[in-house]
Amino acid sequence: MTELTELSANELIKLTALQMAERLRAGEITSVELTQAHLDRIAAVDGPADGQGTGVHAFLHVNTEEALAVAAEVDAIRAAGGTEAQDLHPLAGVPIAVKDLIVTVGQPTTAASKMLEGWMSPYDATVVEKIRAARLPILGKTNLDEFAMGSSTEHSAFGDTRNPWDLGRIPGGSGGGSAAAVAAFMAPLALGTDTGGSIRQPGAVTGTVGAKPTYGAVSRYGVIAMASSLDQVGPVTRTVSDAAALQELIGGHDPKDSTSLPEPMDGLLEAARNGELAGLRIGIIAELEGEGFQEGVLARFQESVQVLKDAGAEVSEVSCPHLGYALGAYYLIMPSEVSSNLAKFDGVRFGNRVVPDGGGTIEQVMGATRAAGFGDEVKRRIILGTYALSAGYYDAYYGSAQKVRTLIQRDFAAAFEQVDLLISPTSPVTAFPLGEKLDDPVAMYNNDIATIPANLAGIPGISVPAGLSEGLPVGIQFLAPARGDATMYRAAAALESRLEEAWGTPFWAQAPELAASSAAAPAGVENAAATATAGGEN
Amino acid sequence: MAAVTDEVLTFDEAMAQYEPVLGFEVHVELNTKTKMFSSAPNGFGDEPNTNVTPVDLGLPGVLPVVNGKAVEYSIKLGLALNCQIAEVCGFARKNYFYPDTPKNFQTSQYDDPIAHDGWLDVELEDGTVFRVEIERAHMEEDAGKLTHQGGASGRIQDAASSLVDYNRAGVPLVEIVTKPITGAGERAAELAKAYVTQIRDIVKNLGISDARMERGNVRCDANVSLMPKGSTVFGTRTETKNVNSTRAVAHAVTYEIQRQAAVLASGGSVTQETRHWQEGTRTTTSGRPKSDADDYRYFPEPDLVPIHTTAEWIERLRAELPEPPAERRKRLQADWGFSDEEFRDVVNAGVLDEIAATIEAGASASAARKWWMGEIARLANLAEKDIAELGVTPADVVEVEALIAEKTINDKLAKQVLGFVADGEGAPRAIVEARSLAVVSDDGALNAAVEAAIAENPGVVDKIKAGKLQAIGALIGPVMKATRGQADAARVREIVMEQLGVSE
Repeated sequence: MTELTELSANELIKLTALQMAERLRAGEITSVELTQAHLDRIAAVDGPADGQGTGVHAFLHVNTEEALAVAAEVDAIRAAGGTEAQDLHPLAGVPIAVKDLIVTVGQPTTAASKMLEGWMSPYDATVVEKIRAARLPILGKTNLDEFAMGSSTEHSAFGDTRNPWDLGRIPGGSGGGSAAAVAAFMAPLALGTDTGGSIRQPGAVTGTVGAKPTYGAVSRYGVIAMASSLDQVGPVTRTVSDAAALQELIGGHDPKDSTSLPEPMDGLLEAARNGELAGLRIGIIAELEGEGFQEGVLARFQESVQVLKDAGAEVSEVSCPHLGYALGAYYLIMPSEVSSNLAKFDGVRFGNRVVPDGGGTIEQVMGATRAAGFGDEVKRRIILGTYALSAGYYDAYYGSAQKVRTLIQRDFAAAFEQVDLLISPTSPVTAFPLGEKLDDPVAMYNNDIATIPANLAGIPGISVPAGLSEGLPVGIQFLAPARGDATMYRAAAALESRLEEAWGTPFWAQAPELAASSAAAPAGVENAAATATAGGEN
Repeated sequence: MAAVTDEVLTFDEAMAQYEPVLGFEVHVELNTKTKMFSSAPNGFGDEPNTNVTPVDLGLPGVLPVVNGKAVEYSIKLGLALNCQIAEVCGFARKNYFYPDTPKNFQTSQYDDPIAHDGWLDVELEDGTVFRVEIERAHMEEDAGKLTHQGGASGRIQDAASSLVDYNRAGVPLVEIVTKPITGAGERAAELAKAYVTQIRDIVKNLGISDARMERGNVRCDANVSLMPKGSTVFGTRTETKNVNSTRAVAHAVTYEIQRQAAVLASGGSVTQETRHWQEGTRTTTSGRPKSDADDYRYFPEPDLVPIHTTAEWIERLRAELPEPPAERRKRLQADWGFSDEEFRDVVNAGVLDEIAATIEAGASASAARKWWMGEIARLANLAEKDIAELGVTPADVVEVEALIAEKTINDKLAKQVLGFVADGEGAPRAIVEARSLAVVSDDGALNAAVEAAIAENPGVVDKIKAGKLQAIGALIGPVMKATRGQADAARVREIVMEQLGVSE
């Protein structure tokens, strides 16, 4: 195998996952080369895993040895040929990053919390088992807001992740690490989890594709629960087709997850490749395009709407009158489940234990462990949820919130009688500067105003890049009825390809080169983003 | 242990003034192969923390999956208790921090139990039938087992450290809750014992639980309150937790009636609280105050989906139910040829199933009755245990009968053997071998012993020779003594007659 030059390694990491897979199958590259190129990229731009450097800090743990070993296995199987080579999964050998909320044997799982620092899971999450079975080298574990609670990844106990488009800005959250890793070409694929937008909002602000599948489409077994009725695992990628391919890989019924859907959801990649929009009825959610949305965000959104219309979609405006209550309901249901789900972190069976000076009763040890182990945002939500479930308040808070949830589900059901898909901007704002909203929880919560309703209703949603506003990515969100993931991928891919045509380049090619790798800037991919022309900025 | 002794009235004094109101919460551990929400084995007595999966330890990321068998067992129990079976029901989380609860919440049914609104006709010793209304039977999971070390009370409060075994965590439980039981009057304790006994027999008969109270398979919380005679307003109740034998249930109810009566009679008021049963003193002691304000922050378990029961499913399970106990009793009495009195004694002694199993395994009805109502009952009484909890099995009795039939042992030895079985020494045949208990069938040894007895008792010999054959017994005694009871009395008699030249 010839040694790849730095330049070609840099080109390699900018391929889409499906392109990488194709070249692996064609024998043009090896998985070891591909995996090493990504590990080199991580070494070049991510900075130290403890977050003390000035890099992106997408990774909390880099899994070098195991990733290369898996890559070598794939290469050996492919070299040997025969049925085993034929039976390899189409994505075999394409490396992937995993959000550190998903448990993995052989690598630490921290949930970005001091509570679990150093904890090694004795079992693999179902999605990780599937990734291992398909032989995708796992590059490492990505940063997040502690226990996935936050919209900026600033609530990680192990340092902020920085947005590759502007290292002074947030990458979104909670899955800022996975989004930044994919945006900065440290991984072509990543796993995220989305409870109120933790895949889609980071996708929007980092210019990546993030999909939250239908609730139950992907197993939650081995995903550290934040809010069980809202959590869903999904793909983080640079293209819609890559996302569809990854969802096909990780999805399907899991007998270990009682809430997982019995039937598999096939044909997602096929739908993404179809890209036909003619006759598709698309509704603009009237409640999600006004107040609180940045002008630049709305402008990119309107342009995308026009592109969809031009491509033959029937676009109309649809009202979901109860969406105004979604945020309020979410911030009662989610913390209620959080307060119960996080009760197990008490220092008794696993994770860190803090014993007060001079020993203490079991209650005191549990109290000290939780006081020291959880960060402020986690504590805030535990307290909120404990209160909402208390006797005498349950009906007023948790009970009312569940009623609102039902109303929102009905709103969507009614809307989907009129249209096939709904659209809105994914996030009301582009990436904001680090620290800007850290002391204002409500302002932080408002980032998820457009993404939360899908979690409450259990329907699928995807964010795709819609262009730039003042040099920062803007995302557009497609929502589909439950089990309508294929339609969602189809429309999202159609918009993606038409926008690409208009820009004359894939969206990610507009990303700024990161300092550490600028010397290796390939020809033909100029730093176009700085001028923000590709998105048609007004 | 707190040395506080509560004042009590005599039972008769208490009954003269007050009417007891009872309520029972009986927890039944189901004997499914695996746990309620995980694939871990549901076993008893294994090495601590070996019957566990990540789910049972509440590790990060785990999810529960409902054991379908446990649901079927619960439905069967509901049907046996004449309950309505819910068309749709679900689980909730009962949130509280305690180290025996791996997730710090218990997954339990809350406001939609799988079975509700049933009844059970409880038969008292004299044949009186008392109907107990069942409010609900719901599914939940058991907690782990804590062993507190270094404290005087054996409780967590003053322990230096505690060990926790999660083998029991997640074992499927059904909790059967009665409606308040009024009108039992002075038979309250008797009813309590009969109710728990009957629940135990039902779950055993259904085959859904090992039903061994000494292992905690069936555990009873007894609620007791008093109201002045003639009143219909319930008094404040106490809940005595984990009363783990049918006798103790009766004692606990009696004690609480007497204690509460003393409190009320002296103008005091009963504190609503959890109380602990003290087997040693046959009293209850104050536990933690319990109020209706205990806040477990119940909410629907979001990791599980509702259980839908179809009419077809329920009917299939109903068809699988074993014969109802009352009908079964009629049939067995006829089959065995017992008189009404004999049969009621058997039922009241709680050994109906044991005798049935013993007969099933090959013993005659009279032999089975003889052993269970005789020596085994005596041993249980001596040990202050229920017969079923003594540790003698129907198979042991059949083995004893076989040993007698083959003349390896006689009745006297058989009694000793049963005593050793109850002491946990093993199965009868093994005990006979280990302890060299077999009857002396060596005629040489017996002849010598008979010769000695004849020589020492010339007066007796004269009587026998004169035709008084019943005097032979006076020679058998010394021979048995000389052989330490291991001689076959019939054979000894034969040898005496041979040696003295007499015949029947």
